[in-house]
Amino acid sequence: MKKISLELGSGGKSMRDFIARTIVPAFKNPMLAELLDASHLPGRIAFTTDSYVVDPIFFPGGDIGKLAVNGTVNDLVVSGAVPQYLSLGLILEEGLEWNALEKILRSLKAAASRARVEIVAGDTKVVKQGQGDKIYINTSGIGKVIAKPRPKLIRPGDKLILTGTLGEHSLAILTARGDFGLEARVQSDCAPLTFLLPFWKNGLLWMRDITRGGLATILSELTEQIPYPLLIEEDEIPLSKAVQAASELLGIDPLYLACEGRAVLVVPGEKTHDVLARIKKNPLGRKAAIIGQVEGKIGRPGELLLRTSAGGLRLLEPLSSELLPRIC
Amino acid sequence: MARTNEFRDKKVIGALLARIAENKRSLPSPCRIMEVCGTHTMTVHRYGLQSMLEKAGIEMVSGPGCPVCITPGEVHEAAIRLVTENENVILATFGDMTRVPTHLGSLQNAVPAKGSAVKIVYSPEESLDLARQKSNKEIVFFGVGFETTIPSIAVMAKAAAGEELSNYSILSALWLIPPPLRAILESGEVKLSGFLYPGHVSAIIGQEPYTFVAREFGFPGVIAGFEPGDILLGIISILDQIREGRPRVANEYTRVVRPEGNPVAQALMREVLEPKDACWRGLGVIPGSGLKFKAEYSAYDTEVKHDLRITARGIDLPGCRCGEVLRGILLPSRCPLFGKKCTPESPCGPCMVSFEGACLVHYKYRGPKS
Repeated sequence: MKKISLELGSGGKSMRDFIARTIVPAFKNPMLAELLDASHLPGRIAFTTDSYVVDPIFFPGGDIGKLAVNGTVNDLVVSGAVPQYLSLGLILEEGLEWNALEKILRSLKAAASRARVEIVAGDTKVVKQGQGDKIYINTSGIGKVIAKPRPKLIRPGDKLILTGTLGEHSLAILTARGDFGLEARVQSDCAPLTFLLPFWKNGLLWMRDITRGGLATILSELTEQIPYPLLIEEDEIPLSKAVQAASELLGIDPLYLACEGRAVLVVPGEKTHDVLARIKKNPLGRKAAIIGQVEGKIGRPGELLLRTSAGGLRLLEPLSSELLPRIC
Repeated sequence: MARTNEFRDKKVIGALLARIAENKRSLPSPCRIMEVCGTHTMTVHRYGLQSMLEKAGIEMVSGPGCPVCITPGEVHEAAIRLVTENENVILATFGDMTRVPTHLGSLQNAVPAKGSAVKIVYSPEESLDLARQKSNKEIVFFGVGFETTIPSIAVMAKAAAGEELSNYSILSALWLIPPPLRAILESGEVKLSGFLYPGHVSAIIGQEPYTFVAREFGFPGVIAGFEPGDILLGIISILDQIREGRPRVANEYTRVVRPEGNPVAQALMREVLEPKDACWRGLGVIPGSGLKFKAEYSAYDTEVKHDLRITARGIDLPGCRCGEVLRGILLPSRCPLFGKKCTPESPCGPCMVSFEGACLVHYKYRGPKS
């Protein structure tokens, strides 16, 4: 009998295939079928939803509440909308400590204030002990559309800007879980990306937040939408020492690690340095870097190429199977 | 990323490649080098060295250096039977073992009997902890590995014996690196110019076990580390040995490998384990190529404890050609299933499953079509 496997939630190829073959056909809705981070509804409204099952619910640099606001806010930001209103669905497990819930509610409120969104609708359910794990949260979000991502305008010579270091969120979760007996002083990068909104009015062509599947998976998806290959330079990708060391130790590639407060942007070549300078002025963009470009000379359409630190070229594939379950 | 590491710096790598190309030019024949270890295969492909080396006239061939891959299907099937046919057995295993396809499916898709389960662990210690915590369950650790991993598995048997744990045993698939090299050389199936010997295995066994390769067969070889620069320095050493007509066991990984290896780990292995003739996937039975628990540790040997009687033949599933890949006679990309029917999402054989498997590495890190 066919059953749901963990792989289907990985953010990788298996999950994309699952959604495209099983979920989308069940509704046959053209807006849903676009599989964007948020759907643009009539009346310049963007709408999205996301559920949070992170384990543990508290981790260095955040908790499930902060994550539940920023994750949904960021989906709106990268789809070209100013986040405005969120709903809050709580599924609580019998026995969850009252203090933990209050802490999470405070954290939801703080994150909402910071991202300038209001929580205006909600629902609460309690399930028997053992039928859930402490707390699951769903947030849906509405935003005002200010731009539409324009992958069709992407041309060779356009640059890829990464807004910060990769993988801190994943590493913070692993450390908090005690997986692999890992100890590291690292904070999740969980943060709202609303500081990137002004760039939609400044020529920004495309943007995605780097969540499950990591940078490589997200850029692979972009190559499916444009007739040019992308090339990224391993040496230019900002990495913290902790993530670099942990990745080497565990044999994990940071290019596939999830973040919760980083984005990758495609910017027209001539605007790159201006945009980069302005991103770097924000504390959340201090480590931003130009990591590569849309290629006109090497590679073929559909290819995501990596120039390794040793100088070799290879293809990057989207994440295929589950790397780290319940990361968000 | 890694800007400070001179072993992968573009300029250093470029200079080493130029030297390889120049040294190669003075040699008449094609130069084909087997990287014996799966981790070397990773470095070669992960950093895109393959195509740069090809331009310099060097062809790299992967060898039998992936323990998950060379473990015959019958051993994987025995693990599956343990959890499907017995109640209250917890099979503790490294993650990639769970996805190896067999005639009985894979461990991942196996439906365990009542109270039984497959549990992924990241170190042998975790399996021993399970046995300590769950006295009502029978814990079987699927211990697979080469000389690098074997000492830590031997420690588990010793610890279990010391604590007199009665609910713990090890289903062992323990492999030695030098014997298959002899098998490959004796078969003469693949025309080679030299070997890159695995760095971590060598840190345990030292240089001596490889000397027969030069002495009896006249092939150069070098113990190399796992950075791109290590691999290229190793290749330079092989080219030097060919040019000088003086094959030997060189050590380019002196920052980790001592000539005598690690005597403490060797003594531990000798104390707990003894050699046996073992069957390798693709290579068949190779004399003295595996290890089994000595009689005094047989209480912790799953094969003895559960009377398994595994008869391995080392043959692939229909269509799969992992065996030929492991012998170095088939490039992964030449397998008709590669990247078509056989992908990391739905692997047809172990070489597409293991992180060190040649097919997975060749697929995951493939270069652009030129």
